[in-house]
Amino acid sequence: MTTTVPRPTTARPRIALRDRVLKLAELVTTPLLPTDYLDLIDPLRSGADLRGRIEAVLPETRDAATVVIRPGRGWQGHTPGQYIRIGIDVDGVRQWRAYSLTSDRTRTDGCIAITVKAIPGGKVSNHLVHRTTPGTIVQLDQAAGEFVLPAQLPAKALFLTAGSGITPVMGMLRNHPELTDVVLVHSAPTAEDVVFGAELRAMAADGRIRLVEQHTDTAGMLDAPAIAALVPDLHERATWACGPVGMLEALEEHWESAGLDSRLYTERFRPTVLVTGEGGTVSFTRNGTTLEADGATPILDAAEDAGVLMPSGCRMGICYGCVLPLREGAVRDLRNGEITTAAPGDGVLIQTCVSAAAGACDIDH
Amino acid sequence: MTVIQKKSENPIAHLSAEDIEILGKELDTIRQEIRDSLGEDDAKYIRRVIDVQRKLELGSRAALLVSMFPPAWFVGTVGLSVAKILENMEIGHNILHGQWDWMRDPKIHSTTWEWDMASPAEQWKHSHNELHHTYTNVIGKDNDLGYGIMRVDEDQKWHPMYLAQPLWNFLNACFFEYGIAAYDLELGKNLATKKRRANPEFRADARNVLKKIRKQATKDYLVHPVLSGPSFLPTLAANFTANVVRNLWSHSVIMCGHFPEGVETFEKTSIEGETRGEWYLRQMLGSANISGSKAMHIMTGNLSHQVEHHLFPDLPSNRYAEIAPKVKDIFDRYGLTYHSAPLYKQVASAWHKVIRLSLPNGWLAETTPKNAPAQVIKLVRMTTGGKKVRRELSRAAA
Repeated sequence: MTTTVPRPTTARPRIALRDRVLKLAELVTTPLLPTDYLDLIDPLRSGADLRGRIEAVLPETRDAATVVIRPGRGWQGHTPGQYIRIGIDVDGVRQWRAYSLTSDRTRTDGCIAITVKAIPGGKVSNHLVHRTTPGTIVQLDQAAGEFVLPAQLPAKALFLTAGSGITPVMGMLRNHPELTDVVLVHSAPTAEDVVFGAELRAMAADGRIRLVEQHTDTAGMLDAPAIAALVPDLHERATWACGPVGMLEALEEHWESAGLDSRLYTERFRPTVLVTGEGGTVSFTRNGTTLEADGATPILDAAEDAGVLMPSGCRMGICYGCVLPLREGAVRDLRNGEITTAAPGDGVLIQTCVSAAAGACDIDH
Repeated sequence: MTVIQKKSENPIAHLSAEDIEILGKELDTIRQEIRDSLGEDDAKYIRRVIDVQRKLELGSRAALLVSMFPPAWFVGTVGLSVAKILENMEIGHNILHGQWDWMRDPKIHSTTWEWDMASPAEQWKHSHNELHHTYTNVIGKDNDLGYGIMRVDEDQKWHPMYLAQPLWNFLNACFFEYGIAAYDLELGKNLATKKRRANPEFRADARNVLKKIRKQATKDYLVHPVLSGPSFLPTLAANFTANVVRNLWSHSVIMCGHFPEGVETFEKTSIEGETRGEWYLRQMLGSANISGSKAMHIMTGNLSHQVEHHLFPDLPSNRYAEIAPKVKDIFDRYGLTYHSAPLYKQVASAWHKVIRLSLPNGWLAETTPKNAPAQVIKLVRMTTGGKKVRRELSRAAA
């Protein structure tokens, strides 16, 4: 076996110098970091946590809007079909949600866009569609998601979407004009509810896509056999589907029974409704312990009874010595019944001494 | 002062156990109203205070780069003192209490915040949030009472060394941040025996404190003076002054919180099996407020609303002013005394107590211009004499 000694690169002394400058700057700013001061001047600069500034909120339908965001310099770009997680303060509380990117990557202003449909009772979606103002700074994650077109574009494509499920597909259509043999079957309650309705109809009029609109308020929902009837060459088409879970499951079943499942790609938007109840299974992800807790016992007590070494303090909810990140699940504040929920990927800090399980909980400890 | 249980007139004797639980429920309701109404305006408030503080500090430090010019020194020192006070009081203390955790902003969170103070946030949170706020004014449990170096209660036996306690208190005020660090480390207790000194937990904590002190001192007493070039010495003096001003101010504010005359203390045994209502009641009796303007409240980190802060330590400080009338109303309806006075009065009252307790019980009250010589002779005898003399003389006084 041979090994090679990596050659010193020219970049190294520069990095060392930068590190040294940074160390010196830290001596000046301690206990804060230089970034704490630089954030005051330019929150979007390179090297900062990834953030974005909302430039415009453009209404699409009565309950959907496209939010144009100027990402910070650390933005690494995206592949059409992917989503971003965005953290925005609603009523002063930071909330994180994922939305599909719908922007054309050749935009000259360097902005990106997400398209959001306000769902009834949706804290973040309603805020973004109806109340967000340009100039707002939001937190961002880099783009993620596997719901993308392959490098070798398919000759024939079929897109099956419903409601806001059109958003990742719109991202693909806008960025791949070379995709010419496209059938799009889209369901929405009425013609006015079709997000990007005008643009899609224009694409259809130009002959770029074949558009089938299903207005479910009057015509009902399409099932898989109905789709097969609408698209006779379905088995020749690579298919991307995005919409409610029920629709996706029905499609997967149908494609599988037809032996076409390798040609179907689906994207599920995370269900936003969390089932909460009294008590639940609490798992401590790093410690490996899983226990059943009732709805009246603080998680701290339940965990200690199960032999988990827990951080603790006053045991009455005042000292914050016991907080741990809730990665997923729901807890109830025993003092006032307030429910706190966390979606996968979150790290909502909860006071374990006054919180009881209100559903299955994953706690990072 | 005497622990409440030994007083001839117990100020809570008129309250039944049921009254106390209803009182607790009323306070829970106030807490919930505020919790429910927290929102964007509150978030804007803390972000604005942080923004102002950082800009004020940057501006002041910039002025101090040319501190050899007296006006720059003056402006820079005043600005830096104010910035340091804001940073410790309205920002650091309150964020570390978890008052802003509800915003879920990792940059303004009790688990991530670090402050311009000798004591590292982690250690301070333990000794302050957990010990002081849970065991408020319980003799032997709450070290905030005299920080373990002072006589804070008539029931503590007098010893000649307490004669120096006004001096200790003043020195503690000047170097308060180091006093707090020593006290968070329970330095007195932990240095006492070889075994405790060798305890790896204590050693690790002590290392962290020293590291923090080194960083803080390097910043204020080396890096910034060096950056000031020919203004090295004036900048050093300015930073030292700002630290002392901040220390004196925070010491005064904190002393006003639990030390003025009339604030109650409690026996260790009295808190066994304490209910939530009883805990609330102890906080009400064990704290005192400072009255004043809005600017005054901000500069004290709203610890001027010490009563409200002790009842609801995790509610955002900008809301204490609005809670205060409701809390006062509860005091009135339950026949309790709401202690509130301007800063100078509370500081004077607290210092009066420090001095009174530095002397044998009753000495200060009994002394008049007429009997002064005799009293001084008695004090000298008690100081120079042994235990026996002290016991006899103090018994004679009683």
